Amino acid sequence: MTEMLSGGEMLIRALQDEGVDVVFGYPGGAALHIYDAMFRQQKVEHMLVRHEQAATHMADGYARATGRAGVVLVTSGPGATNAITGIATAYMDSIPMVVISGQVQSSLIGTDAFQETDMVGVSRPVVKHSFIVRRAEEIPEIVKKAFYIANTGRPGPVVIDVPKDTVDPADAFPYSYPETVRMRSYTPSQRGHSGQIRKAVTALLVAKRPVIYAGGGVIQGEASEQLTQIARRLNFPVTNTLMGLGAFPAPDRQFLGMLGMHGTYEANMAMHNADCIFALGARFDDRVTNNPEKFSPDATIVHLDVDPASISKIIAADVPIVSPVGPALDMMIETLDKELEKAPEVLDAAAHSQWWTRIDEWRAEGGLDHHMALDSVRRIRPQQVIQSLYAVTGGEAFVTSDVGQHQMFAAQYYHFNKPRRWINSGGLGTMGFGLPSAMGVQVAHRDAVVACVTGEGSFMMNMQEMSTCKQYGLPIKVINLNNSALGMVKQWQDMQYGGRHSSSTYADSLPDFVALAESFGHVGIRISEPSDLPDAMQEVFSAANRNRLVFLDVVVDPNEHVYPMAIKGGAMNDMILSRTDDAKRIGEEEGAR
Amino acid sequence: MRRILAVLLENEPGALSRIIGLFAQRNYNISSLTVAPTEDNTLSRLTMTTEGDDQKIEQITKQLNKLIEVVKVVDLTDTDHVEREIMLIKVRAEGVAREEVKRTADVFRGQIIDVTANAYTVQVTGPKAKLDAFIRAIGKTTVLEVVRSGATGLSRGDKILTV
Ligand SMILES: Cc1ncc(C[n+]2csc(CCOP(=O)(O)OP(=O)(O)O)c2C)c(N)n1
Ligand SMILES: [Mg+2]
Repeated sequence: MTEMLSGGEMLIRALQDEGVDVVFGYPGGAALHIYDAMFRQQKVEHMLVRHEQAATHMADGYARATGRAGVVLVTSGPGATNAITGIATAYMDSIPMVVISGQVQSSLIGTDAFQETDMVGVSRPVVKHSFIVRRAEEIPEIVKKAFYIANTGRPGPVVIDVPKDTVDPADAFPYSYPETVRMRSYTPSQRGHSGQIRKAVTALLVAKRPVIYAGGGVIQGEASEQLTQIARRLNFPVTNTLMGLGAFPAPDRQFLGMLGMHGTYEANMAMHNADCIFALGARFDDRVTNNPEKFSPDATIVHLDVDPASISKIIAADVPIVSPVGPALDMMIETLDKELEKAPEVLDAAAHSQWWTRIDEWRAEGGLDHHMALDSVRRIRPQQVIQSLYAVTGGEAFVTSDVGQHQMFAAQYYHFNKPRRWINSGGLGTMGFGLPSAMGVQVAHRDAVVACVTGEGSFMMNMQEMSTCKQYGLPIKVINLNNSALGMVKQWQDMQYGGRHSSSTYADSLPDFVALAESFGHVGIRISEPSDLPDAMQEVFSAANRNRLVFLDVVVDPNEHVYPMAIKGGAMNDMILSRTDDAKRIGEEEGAR
Repeated sequence: MRRILAVLLENEPGALSRIIGLFAQRNYNISSLTVAPTEDNTLSRLTMTTEGDDQKIEQITKQLNKLIEVVKVVDLTDTDHVEREIMLIKVRAEGVAREEVKRTADVFRGQIIDVTANAYTVQVTGPKAKLDAFIRAIGKTTVLEVVRSGATGLSRGDKILTV
């Protein structure tokens, strides 16, 4: 016999049937029917945040750490608009998410009713798709489609706007959850074209100065293993984008580090001088390419991506392959193995060894210093905090970050050797992402070590969530690189605006972070002496603090800049490597004037 | 370069707004747009004209295809196709001009579909260039009001656009 359920019950039951274990949200008038249906069951847990933006970032962190869509529930009007930043963040980084928003009852839509916002309209530019429920009977199918769309192809957030009358507990409908979906207008690519695969393999085989440039698509597409395999087979250098860190094991000799605006010298030099770039799950973002006109002049571009619109959008591809990364790499590896078996000498070993020599020279000349010694004269340098974090966590932590200098230091100095361990807002660059996304990760992996590398500016954008951490016992380790400034903004002002720090400092008005953390019932530690760093970091991750949220406030050198830094309008090999390098550049510019 | 695109779209509320939103969001321009359901009630067919080089049109096509409700997109520009637009134009028709307007309408195979003592309303169909030429021929000073549908079109021959 088919069960009779109300719209609200159908919605929650559909989530159960979809395998959802947790929903992040915040209630309000238009969502109360749904909240009541939520209350009357146990399978789906609801976690109450303190601000809807945080709910979306939690769902996002959950999704990035697991690969499963994160789910959000908010009310209409302000609840829905508060969620927008988090939806946009997920959209820019192609993160699967389903956001259910309450809506005023259908008969009131369009009348400027209390807490009415056109959520479908407001969210349209930042969602993969959206639905508005017109009749309660549609709910199971809409939920099914929403998850299907969010999870497949190039993943992304999907909004379901639910008018209150469609979830009225007074009505009941026969419930069944569809087993499959078919949409004639949505058929994401399953596998690459075999002709293109062969062309790609040929291009790689004849390359003399190759680079593999791998992005977040490799992580989203669960293709890290294949990436590592193909890179090892060919002995090609690999660089990862900010979103791709962890896709290839960072400690590996073949790894050049991150590329782009704050990428390593060797990665950017290799990209610029390459004769073949194999881009996979990456989209030639402007933070990677610098000036596209001057991008890698000699390279043949092989571009593999699940989204056809990413291919030849910025940089024309010589060999485009539209496919999920994993299946295409499987096919490429198979073809490659056959070719190499037939004629191993097609690979130009001499050219490759020369190429590696050049890369090693770049490394020696301009690579990052991964062993900065603590000295008592200088203040703690932010890079050293990340090095210490890496040492103490053995490289095994999930690390989320906010946006700013601290984010770049974390990306540069924590060596991620597994996918889904590095979680940050790359595309939108959303300050306030760090803490709630860490919470989402911790919910997904209750026993994992989760660290949030943040800056005091970013942290203050969502610090209310320390209360949520208390409620649900989320033992996040917050590492605050406190430079008493909007450091990244200040750095740009130092470098491009004659050091005029327009609205980028607030030193005298910062809170006592230790007292703040303690007031939420957590542990706070503050250090400013270099010699205190190793012990403090140990204490943060000590057994005694295993189940506690610990806030480590590290007073760092406020004058530190992130280097290397791309020179605006230049090619990828145009970088400022250090403060002296920068002073020289400014001097030359002034001399020229 | 002017391009003419044909799009099959799920006939659902909100679908059109996604197309308009996409063009606004990505800074593409729409020169004209027509849309109506087809013989199949679940589908709308949309014809749009836009400007751009090959790379831009490739992006527009790909971005349109990414919209979940878009079923198919074809660029008609470079294929052999028929393009028609309808224009209703109200012109001053007094004294000698009255005869002149009639003659010009005949030359363009236009039909006079409404008549008053001082004005004619003429219906002209054809490709955009023909309608532009009619306005030039009739003389700007006599034109009182113009409404144009925007281009619609389909491929010549046996080629068809269906799901
Ligand atoms: C929501 C939001 N507003 C503004 C910015 C612009 N922005 C980028 S970095 C930055 C400074 C971040 O300061 P902090 O979190 O203290 O990090 P720091 O750079 O000092 O390490 C700002 C304001 C942003 N990325 N996000
Ligand atoms: Mg700061």
